Amino acid sequence: MDISNYLYLSAILFTIGAVGVVVRRNAIVVFMCVELMLNAANLAFVTFSRVNGDLVGQVASLFTMVVAACEVVVGLAIIVTMYRSRRSASVDDASLLKR
Amino acid sequence: MTTSSNLVYLIALPLFSSAILLLLGRIADKWGHLVATLVSASTFVIAAVEFFAMRQRSGDARAIHQDLFTWISVGSFNVHASLLLDQLSICFVLLITGVGTLIHIYSIAYMSHDHDRRRFFAFLNLFVAAMLLLVLGDSYLNLYVGWEGVGLASYLLIGFWNQKPNYAVAAKKAFVANRIGDVGLSLAIMIAFAQFGTVSFSGVEAGVPHASTAALTALGAMLLLAAAGKSAQFPLQSWLGDAMAGPTPVSALIHAATMVTAGVYLITRSHFVFDASPTAQTMVLVVGAITLLFGALVGTAKDDIKKALAASTMSQIGYMILATGLGPVGYAFAIMHLLTHGFFKAGMFLGAGSVMHGMNDEVNMRRYGAIGKVMPITAITFGLGYLAIIGVPPFAGFYSKDKIIETAFNAGGAKGVIVGGAALLGAAITAFYMTRVIVLTFTGTKRWDDEAHPHESPSLMWIPMVVLAIGSVASGFLFNSGHAMVNWLAPVVNAAGIHDEKELLPPLTVSLLALGVVAVGVAIAILKYRTNVAAEAPEDVSILTKIVRRDLLQDDFNDRVLVRPGQALTRFFVAMDNNFIDGIVRGVGGVVAVSSTNLRKIQNGYVRSYALIMVIGVLALIATIWMVTL
Amino acid sequence: MSIVSVLELLPLIGVIGLFVLPKGSTTLVKQFAIGVSVVDLAISIVMALRFNRGVSAMQFVESRNWISSFGIKYAVGIDGIALVLILMTTVLVPIVLLAGWNESENGRWSPRVYYALILVLETMMIGVFAATDVFLFYVIFEAMLIPVYFLIGGYGRGERAQAAMKFLLYSLLGGLLMLAAVIGTYVIATNQIGSTFDVTALSGLHIDSATENMLFLGFFIAFAIKAPLWPLHTWLPTAAKSATPATSVLLLGVLDKVGTYGMIRFCITLFPHAAHTFTPAIIVLSLISILYGAFLAIGQKDINGLIAFTSISHFGFITLGIFAMTSQGLTGASLYMVNHGFSTAALFLVAGWMASRRGSTKIDDFGGLQRVTPVMAWAFFIAGMSALALPGLSSFVSEFLVLVGTFTRYPLAAIVGTTGIVLAALYVLLTVQKSLHGPTTPGNESLTDLNLREKIAIAPVIAILVFFGFFPKPITDVLNPASHQVMTHAGVEDPQPKAGK
Repeated sequence: MDISNYLYLSAILFTIGAVGVVVRRNAIVVFMCVELMLNAANLAFVTFSRVNGDLVGQVASLFTMVVAACEVVVGLAIIVTMYRSRRSASVDDASLLKR
Repeated sequence: MTTSSNLVYLIALPLFSSAILLLLGRIADKWGHLVATLVSASTFVIAAVEFFAMRQRSGDARAIHQDLFTWISVGSFNVHASLLLDQLSICFVLLITGVGTLIHIYSIAYMSHDHDRRRFFAFLNLFVAAMLLLVLGDSYLNLYVGWEGVGLASYLLIGFWNQKPNYAVAAKKAFVANRIGDVGLSLAIMIAFAQFGTVSFSGVEAGVPHASTAALTALGAMLLLAAAGKSAQFPLQSWLGDAMAGPTPVSALIHAATMVTAGVYLITRSHFVFDASPTAQTMVLVVGAITLLFGALVGTAKDDIKKALAASTMSQIGYMILATGLGPVGYAFAIMHLLTHGFFKAGMFLGAGSVMHGMNDEVNMRRYGAIGKVMPITAITFGLGYLAIIGVPPFAGFYSKDKIIETAFNAGGAKGVIVGGAALLGAAITAFYMTRVIVLTFTGTKRWDDEAHPHESPSLMWIPMVVLAIGSVASGFLFNSGHAMVNWLAPVVNAAGIHDEKELLPPLTVSLLALGVVAVGVAIAILKYRTNVAAEAPEDVSILTKIVRRDLLQDDFNDRVLVRPGQALTRFFVAMDNNFIDGIVRGVGGVVAVSSTNLRKIQNGYVRSYALIMVIGVLALIATIWMVTL
Repeated sequence: MSIVSVLELLPLIGVIGLFVLPKGSTTLVKQFAIGVSVVDLAISIVMALRFNRGVSAMQFVESRNWISSFGIKYAVGIDGIALVLILMTTVLVPIVLLAGWNESENGRWSPRVYYALILVLETMMIGVFAATDVFLFYVIFEAMLIPVYFLIGGYGRGERAQAAMKFLLYSLLGGLLMLAAVIGTYVIATNQIGSTFDVTALSGLHIDSATENMLFLGFFIAFAIKAPLWPLHTWLPTAAKSATPATSVLLLGVLDKVGTYGMIRFCITLFPHAAHTFTPAIIVLSLISILYGAFLAIGQKDINGLIAFTSISHFGFITLGIFAMTSQGLTGASLYMVNHGFSTAALFLVAGWMASRRGSTKIDDFGGLQRVTPVMAWAFFIAGMSALALPGLSSFVSEFLVLVGTFTRYPLAAIVGTTGIVLAALYVLLTVQKSLHGPTTPGNESLTDLNLREKIAIAPVIAILVFFGFFPKPITDVLNPASHQVMTHAGVEDPQPKAGK
């Protein structure tokens, strides 16, 4: 089985995620795209773990999952607060930083 | 050389009294003028004592020297504050303190109604101190201190009534014109130091034989520039007429008898430079000849009595400068004319002041007429001064001016004919304009308003006038008897054995010639102004008269050539500084501001655009690494 | 501890004292600050009396390790030039504090901060003249900007924030170039003689000429901004128009002298060959400064702007004297720094009093003051006479020495410079005529004359101007050995008289 197919899949997933982050406005979708990128990275980690025959990559992917879980908690909390205050989940409405 | 410890008091006394009067303020109002006059008189006493002591000594021992302290000592530039009184400076010291004291006395009455009389006397004392320093300093730098000091005193006194804008402008004009001359003196001192390593008179004199002619000519030219500024000589003459804004005693003391003759002193003092550089000497001659005619011409068209006298002063100093340009033979005559002029011109100025005093400060001679009847003493003293200045024997001017004309003719060749002719022509014009002054003021019909009540001035005013009139009568004869002045000054100006010159014209011929042209001048003036003098100057006059009335366009020339281009240049520089130099600075700031405004647009607040830039950045980074590793 | 360090530390201790004083009493703050500066003045006079005139080396030397890994030391010591400049500083500080008694009250912060800033500034001004370690000098040179920035921006008038920013940016630019040059010199020193910033040690370096030129320019541009030389001058008029009189005095009178002092101490001493290379260019710039400053002074409508431009003209004279590199030029330039400090102080203080009474700084708004406020008018007149270098006042001695010293080496430059004295007469007398003479301008009839405090503040300045005009020897005697030392470093001698005996 060719190892590069896994990596291609990982790259495609990452790109889809990245494009999604850049083009979508709904905060939930953006968030999901970020998750997609994280999981694309996880896939790459696991693949390299398999290739190298050790567990370092798998440990890293577990580590990533933990971090992702934390991020989901914090991120969703922010999105909920945002939605409560301005009745919208669009990230473009949160452009106050430019002033 | 003898040393003495008295010289410093000549300067210190009036300086101290001036400072005290200024610092005490109104407290000294009641007695300030008396202190100042007393101080001035005491300097005259010191000067007289020194003069008689000097006569007792002989030859080289006559000069006395006093070293006060080291003033500036840097590297080889070593200048002591030290004083020198020799045969030349004693003439000036006596003139300054003598005429100065008379004018102090006169001013007590003349300024008695002025609120600021104390300040006036403080300035007079300051002037006396500075003028004495000028003639007593033993180096060019010491002289320079007095030189600018009299400029300051002159500025303060011309602008004494500076609440009138015109007077303030006149004071400033005098100072600035003097400063142009001061550039000359500064540069002369620098040349002297660079050439000889010293700036003392004796040091420079000793070094002259070793110096190049070019350097000496440059030195002479700079000294001449200085003299032109201070003595109102062409081309720096324009300030003297305006300087008449000062109170009349000031015009008599500073702008007739003493300060304006400082240029003659400077050139005589530096005779060794001019004797060694014929070019510089010729320049002196040219400047003197031009100014004597210039001043005389301007004098013919002045209706303001003080300005007519000022023009005359300019012209008479032209005679003195001309004489100094004639070499060793001329110095003594220049100083002789300077002293006699000090008497008769100061006397006439005081006379003019006396007339103004009686006429509610009217200065226009066309409004005078027949004043001789109501002010006999003024008229007589003025008349004696008049006879002296036009050179009628045996009055003072006859001896001094005739000697200058005679020496000018004897200068040799075309030069002698030209300068002699100029001096002779000047004598004729002098006779014309002075007769005009006399006729318009003292004779003819009364042209003053009924509000004016001319009366003879108080004795405090006419006594100094009488003393000066006696000087105008007798001084010339005294100075000339047995070549007294020539022999007295001979050791100072290296003029021993100058009597065997080849003569172009015999003295008697010159005298008769001079008297002839003077008679013509007097006759024309009497015929022209005896009757029918209009109270207003006629307007339908020839273009030449108009030009002469505008002081031969001196102010128009300065205005066009110096003032307006200077103002334009100033405006240009101000605009350049604001727009160009500071513009560049502001431009740099502006570029930074514009760039940051543009860069700020990237910071638009949209998370997705930040994400996009991040992605692009990552891609660019990867691409860079990839390309480098390839 | 050296007496120089005591002199530096005392104002700093005074600052601590200022904040310990009970709140609410502004007068006490003022009195305390003046007291501290007067004690500092007394100490500096003691130092001057103990100064040995016969020695050309640094005196009252103190050296302590500061950052030993780079060989940076706290090293101070003074020669004649530094001595007179420090004395000028310690004399001027109490005078400006007394003269500007009420200046601190309209500021952004409290008077306490104002006096603290001035005392901190005094420490730094003394330190910068005394520093013999190039790095220490650099640090103080830059740190001085901070109190001045706050003094202009916090207590000035008009567009004070903008002026303060312009001043800061200009100075930082110069400082940056100087930092680069300091580091460059250090690297060369490390290769040749080991890590040191000691100015005497650095003066013995052998630097190839291209590098030396670059390093020289780094220092010189910083100094030419500080002592504004055309065309780097435009911050000065802006700052002078916005700063309070006291700040202006310290800024133009003392701080700007760091520039000309630095040219002597660092530019010529460390890089003599480069100094020779650039001398013609610098002399031309000095002459332009003299004439340009004078012309712009004539064209000014604001009295503080006028004083600023006269200073640019005078700094031209100082730079001219320094780079003529003759004993008269160097001593004259050093003396000029002191005299300019006092004559500018007199001008700014009196102009400040005139402006605060009239409520305007426009020259045309004054007029006829001679009759209304005679004492103030006389003070301004004497200050003006000092600016035009009237003989009998000390500025004449220095100006003449500079010109005569220049003439012996560069006659043409001296001739051009001498014409500046006519322009000086014009800008002074025009201002005197407009502001003091003529009829009293409406609105000026009831102005009050100087009060006792103001008379006490201005009297010593005028006394100094007059005294050293007649008797400059005490100062020149101190300066002569230092000038000689600089000339030895630069390897030049005075030209000999052309017509030998």
